[in-house]
Amino acid sequence: MANSAAQTIKNLWSGGVEPMKASYGKLMMWFFLVSDAFTFSALLVSYGLVRVSHPAYSGDPADFVFSQEYWPIPEQVFEAIPFFHGLHAPLVFVGLMTFILILSSVTMVLAVEAGHRNDRAAVEKWMLWTIVGGITFLGCQAWEWGHFIVGDGAAVNGILGANLTENQYGPPAFADFFFFITGFHGFHVFSGVALNFLIYYNTVTGVYQRRGHYEMVEKVGLYWHFVDLVWVFVFTFFYLV
Amino acid sequence: MATEEINVVEEVGHEEHDHDHHGNFWTTYVFSTDHKTIAKQFLITGIFWALLGGILSVIFRLQLGFPESSIEWLRPFLGDWITGDGKLDPEFYLALVTMHGTIMVFFVLTAGLSGTFSNFLIPLQIGARDMASGFMNMLSYWFFFASSVVMFTSLFIETGPASGGWVIYPPLSALPQAVNGSGLGMTLWLVSMALFIVSTLLGGINYITTVINMRTKGMSFSKLPLTIWAFFLTAVIGLLSFPVLFSAALLLIFDRHFGTSFFLSDIYINGEALPNQGGSPILFQHLFWFLGHPEVYIVLLPALGITSEVISTNARKPIFGYYAMIGSMLAIGFLSFIVWAHHMFVTGMNPFLGSVFTILTLIIAVPSAIKVFNYITTLWGGNIRFTPGMMFSIGLVSFFISGGLTGIALGNSAVDIQLHDTYFVVAHFHLVMGSASFFGLMAGVYHWFPKMFGRMMSNKLGSIHFWLTFAGVYLVFFPMHYIGVAGFPRRYYSFTNFDTFNDFTDLNVLVSIAAIVTLAAQFIFLFNFFYSIFRGKLAPANPWGSTTLEWTTPRFPKHGNWPGEIPAVYRWPYDYSKPGADEDFIPQTVPYSETPESNTPAENEKIKLETNGDEIVVKQNGDSH
Ligand code: HEM
Ligand SMILES: [Cu+2]
Repeated sequence: MANSAAQTIKNLWSGGVEPMKASYGKLMMWFFLVSDAFTFSALLVSYGLVRVSHPAYSGDPADFVFSQEYWPIPEQVFEAIPFFHGLHAPLVFVGLMTFILILSSVTMVLAVEAGHRNDRAAVEKWMLWTIVGGITFLGCQAWEWGHFIVGDGAAVNGILGANLTENQYGPPAFADFFFFITGFHGFHVFSGVALNFLIYYNTVTGVYQRRGHYEMVEKVGLYWHFVDLVWVFVFTFFYLV
Repeated sequence: MATEEINVVEEVGHEEHDHDHHGNFWTTYVFSTDHKTIAKQFLITGIFWALLGGILSVIFRLQLGFPESSIEWLRPFLGDWITGDGKLDPEFYLALVTMHGTIMVFFVLTAGLSGTFSNFLIPLQIGARDMASGFMNMLSYWFFFASSVVMFTSLFIETGPASGGWVIYPPLSALPQAVNGSGLGMTLWLVSMALFIVSTLLGGINYITTVINMRTKGMSFSKLPLTIWAFFLTAVIGLLSFPVLFSAALLLIFDRHFGTSFFLSDIYINGEALPNQGGSPILFQHLFWFLGHPEVYIVLLPALGITSEVISTNARKPIFGYYAMIGSMLAIGFLSFIVWAHHMFVTGMNPFLGSVFTILTLIIAVPSAIKVFNYITTLWGGNIRFTPGMMFSIGLVSFFISGGLTGIALGNSAVDIQLHDTYFVVAHFHLVMGSASFFGLMAGVYHWFPKMFGRMMSNKLGSIHFWLTFAGVYLVFFPMHYIGVAGFPRRYYSFTNFDTFNDFTDLNVLVSIAAIVTLAAQFIFLFNFFYSIFRGKLAPANPWGSTTLEWTTPRFPKHGNWPGEIPAVYRWPYDYSKPGADEDFIPQTVPYSETPESNTPAENEKIKLETNGDEIVVKQNGDSH
């Protein structure tokens, strides 16, 4: 018995078949994601190195004030939520964003699953929810960027808010990396929403129905999950530690 | 006609169909999705770049060998890059060195080598009709083409091309006010490289997927020719390292154009402090060399794969240590990711860290040496046929040894602190990477020319080309070891101001003359190549008596490669001079059941699988007319 199982595995790799039982398109998506993971890793490692080369804030967190002399405590920077001006709610808003994005991954799983059943209506429904989730995330990010750029409270060293050269909240590198990495990720989300929309459109017009399978949903699904996963890392590095 | 055209695209990868349809000129030669055409496009573009890169190097060799003489006669080509008194402009010298390095490393030995041979050989040797995605393959070439156009354009702009070295270290490359070449030239360099990376990734993803998914019946990984193993691993390495360069390039673009300080800190220009604070130029070096070191193996591995194939075929012997070859390529591929900091021993890194990287670096010598011994033992006692491809392969082994040995010296951080950025390093990497890979490229062209163009190149011209180039390379690069040990820094415009260096003038003259002769010898190749495309003798079906699948296709394979079914594979690709066999080679398509006279007992066992197992049911010969 064990012998015949070994035999099948051997046959899988001996040519004439797709050994990983995956079409070339799906394999390509996987390999692209591996390489994209290295792009993000390079950025996050750079961020880490620059961050540890700056002094950290050493005093009591209760007395924390913004200064270009040390790296800020993220909780103190990202603590605003829309419509509640002046409320101190550390990481609540970004937590909500993260939750929405992860939820959109769940709806994506449901869309893929519906694709397996060739259930066109369900694919449409779940794709639509995924798109809504992605757009909401982008909207939240836009608000957060806006808030970060405009600034809050009193100017520090004559600087209010942040841009690529000046930063109210800490050393300029903090803002540089914040804009670059969340921007780069946001661009990925944006591309993902565009792809999701394409899938949705093709589902509505029956392209996959005629093709007989919904593999495209799976491929784009892989991308979407990857973008979510990357956000978990970005979130951890920028907001939590 | 219209339906025919659609078929061309639709049918790629399908099993059974007639391949005699013709697209128009544009779909056949320009926007082709056929892997053979795309390979030739890469090859021709690569040859163009190689010639240009070579000419650039001879221009700066003129300066180094004959600093006093006037090169006024170059004014028609270089214009204002010649100063009033007939000398090369010093800044343009830096631009020349930079462009030479960039062109050779990326455009010739990455795109020209992998692009040509991965594209050409992967489908032919694994038994596939084409790449997994012909369309992405076409995109890969056209991204490379666009990247080439941008880089080429940068040669002609007023401020000149990038001039900070092929490694484009900031802050030099980040500050347009630092040097002319860091202006528009650098911008174009970065744009070009971004396009280039996209091209490499599109190509690499395709190669990997094709090797995994599209092997013909019986072609297990343990029956793959070593060429394919090499191309496969090269693509994997590229997939993991190029994105890191991409990140570095993006960050550098932001530093240059949007005022960020990722790589900048504490800089004064003309006594004025720049506002940029907090970044680190060393960070860029880490990111760059995380690509840069794997990159040298991206350049070398395909050449080593080609060499394995050519040496085994022309020594009429099985490759020695097939699994050791695969193992050492895997080891090299893995180690290449954890040694990058040996390029940065002098950045002030912690000496302890330096010794860690020293050890890791020296470990690479082990798999490298295994490969070398395997080549030599394959040659040992072989029935050697000195075809041009074979000679270039043996030349590669020679360079790999002589250049690899100096690598071991450089890998020791204590030694490297003395030798870093001298001509010793230039000698090291030109032998082990530049010349070795170039010889691999040449070996590949000579060996597979009959399959690419259906005609033969002249062996006699090939031999002359080989001997001139082989002698030329050693004459150019060997003296550089002495110059380097004597302390000559690389990338210097002129040494006439240093009394100590006067003793070495004659060596520099020798190197420059040898460089000119070597470049001239390449025109023999160019003539041979282009003449043979049109006028060469028609090639026989299997000119070198090879075992691999590509020689079972017709002389001029159409789109889809095999007119009938794709042949199945029964044995490894190195059954040369097998005891008992009638001929001195047994193609991979011949089942063991047909060769009872030469089978080992273990192989006799496999006959059962050929006939009744579910592994391979049909037997057939690749019919070639
Ligand atoms: C035995 C194996 C090898 C060892 C131990 C080794 C070691 C080194 C070291 C330590 C350096 C840095 C020298 C310096 O800048 O001060 C270096 C430079 C270099 N090596 Fe190797 N090397 C080896 C093989 C190779 C191979 C196989 C290639 C290419 C296929 C290669 C290509 C290069 C290049 C391109 C550079 C110079 C890059 C530059 O600064 O522009 N090396 N090598
Ligand atoms: Cu290296």
